[in-house]
Amino acid sequence: MFRGLWKLTWLETKIFMREPMGAVGSIIVPVLVFLGVGRLMGTQIAASSVAAAGFLRVGLPVFATVLIALNGVLSLVTIISIYREGGILRRLRATPLRPQTILTAHVLVKLALTLATMALMVAAGKRYYPINVDAPVFGFAMALLISTWSILSIGFLIASIVPTARFAQPIGGAILYPMLGFCGLFVPLESLPPKLHAVARMLPLTYAVSLMQGIWKGEAWSLHIGDIAVLVLIFAICTALSAKVFRWE
Amino acid sequence: MGMCATPRPVIEVSGIRKTYGATVAVSEVSFEVGEGEIFGLIGPNGAGKTTTMECVEGVRRPDRGEISILGLDPFRDVYQLQNRIGVQLQQAQLQKRIKVWEAVDLWASLYTKTVDADRLLEQLGLSGKRNAWFMNLSGGQKQRLFIALALINDPEVVFLDELTTGLDPQARRAIWELVRGIRDRGKTVFMTTHLMEEAERLCDRVAIIEHGRIIEIGTPEDLVRRHCPERTVLLATDHTLAEERLRTILTIETVTRRDSQFTLEGKGDDFVTEVIQCLSENRIRVTNFRTELPNLEDVFLKLTGHSIRD
Repeated sequence: MFRGLWKLTWLETKIFMREPMGAVGSIIVPVLVFLGVGRLMGTQIAASSVAAAGFLRVGLPVFATVLIALNGVLSLVTIISIYREGGILRRLRATPLRPQTILTAHVLVKLALTLATMALMVAAGKRYYPINVDAPVFGFAMALLISTWSILSIGFLIASIVPTARFAQPIGGAILYPMLGFCGLFVPLESLPPKLHAVARMLPLTYAVSLMQGIWKGEAWSLHIGDIAVLVLIFAICTALSAKVFRWE
Repeated sequence: MGMCATPRPVIEVSGIRKTYGATVAVSEVSFEVGEGEIFGLIGPNGAGKTTTMECVEGVRRPDRGEISILGLDPFRDVYQLQNRIGVQLQQAQLQKRIKVWEAVDLWASLYTKTVDADRLLEQLGLSGKRNAWFMNLSGGQKQRLFIALALINDPEVVFLDELTTGLDPQARRAIWELVRGIRDRGKTVFMTTHLMEEAERLCDRVAIIEHGRIIEIGTPEDLVRRHCPERTVLLATDHTLAEERLRTILTIETVTRRDSQFTLEGKGDDFVTEVIQCLSENRIRVTNFRTELPNLEDVFLKLTGHSIRD
């Protein structure tokens, strides 16, 4: 069923690293931006306000993580649509490879990249981040894995149907970025008006943020069973749907 | 079942039809491909060649009709089938930065049976390009890589769609040699082309398809014989009675003369022989003698009323 998965995953990782902006754009730049913003805010505002310090301690790290994950999703959508448009999927179709294998390989590549970026961020953060953050790194990595896997499955679904590479980025962005506004990162969910609160509860990203923020703050996993259930459900639905609607060309 | 029927068909297609919206891509298409032959589907672009081929490969499902390949149903048994066939697609691409050896290695990991990858690359003249990225290969090299990928699983049937389109004549000839080599190793080759010369030089049998329908099937020679019996002889002679004598040939239709140059047109396989006999009986000394035989291009023109390039 998944014949060729590991070879394809490894191959796609290598190919991605060969892209001119592959490694630099997806790993180095986010870490630098994260450190830059942290330093800027750290030296200027951290001491002056409790809210700012809170943002630096929890908000910014989680926000950076979410951005990296979303970046991965958009990159997945773009790559699959380029493959479709360029006839690469057409060629792969005429082999015993199955669409699930191809998508899974790309998801694994993005997961690995997200985790690598995360690891680098933690390592760099320990040394250069202005505020000492004491977060459960392993637990957070798990939360990140579950969240990214689930959000990637949305990318999976978008990638299955987006017609051309030119539309991939905007369509993916239009679906994913608005979620950022209501996911509880900037404004606590409880302070949203009831209607927007309802909207927020419909968005998958809300649950990912809730899970990651909670684990980062050191909350127990048992408090987030609901988040995990929703994320797994999203994964199941998106995967099943994308297998149905997957377009080779 | 004519004289061309082959002992054991590996592909049997009967009455398939495929529409895209209101457009009928193929209709009532039926043919058989015998084991070990090179079978060509020929016709202009948009005639339905690729659609027909993709239905047989199991990539597309016909709206109607039956297809059997290697005893399998191409749509229902698609994964089983793909393990046993090799496919080269028109306008396919690979990842820009995949290396030649990596592509072959990936493909090899997908099949239950594989041939030696290094030897295959060597046979296709790609050994020196093992570490080159796909995007840096020339058109001919890309095409040879696609042939390598189509052969990596030692397939029983090889599909080649517009194999040499966009290649220069030299690369084209090299690829033809390769395809003959595939057949000589006992494989069945199913190809499409809009190049009549390619079909004539390569195919054991051809089916001419136009507007989604097959209008004729046979060996290239057979089609030419059946549809284009016209023969033309061009000769040069100073013999004073030449024209008079040549006109006595029974199968001759027209004689055109320009000074010492004659153009003789007649019908049937015996025409050329009769011209030679006439020349020899009358001791007519010729300084030039050339025959012009019709080819598949002429057959196509005759059957459809237009050139394949229109």
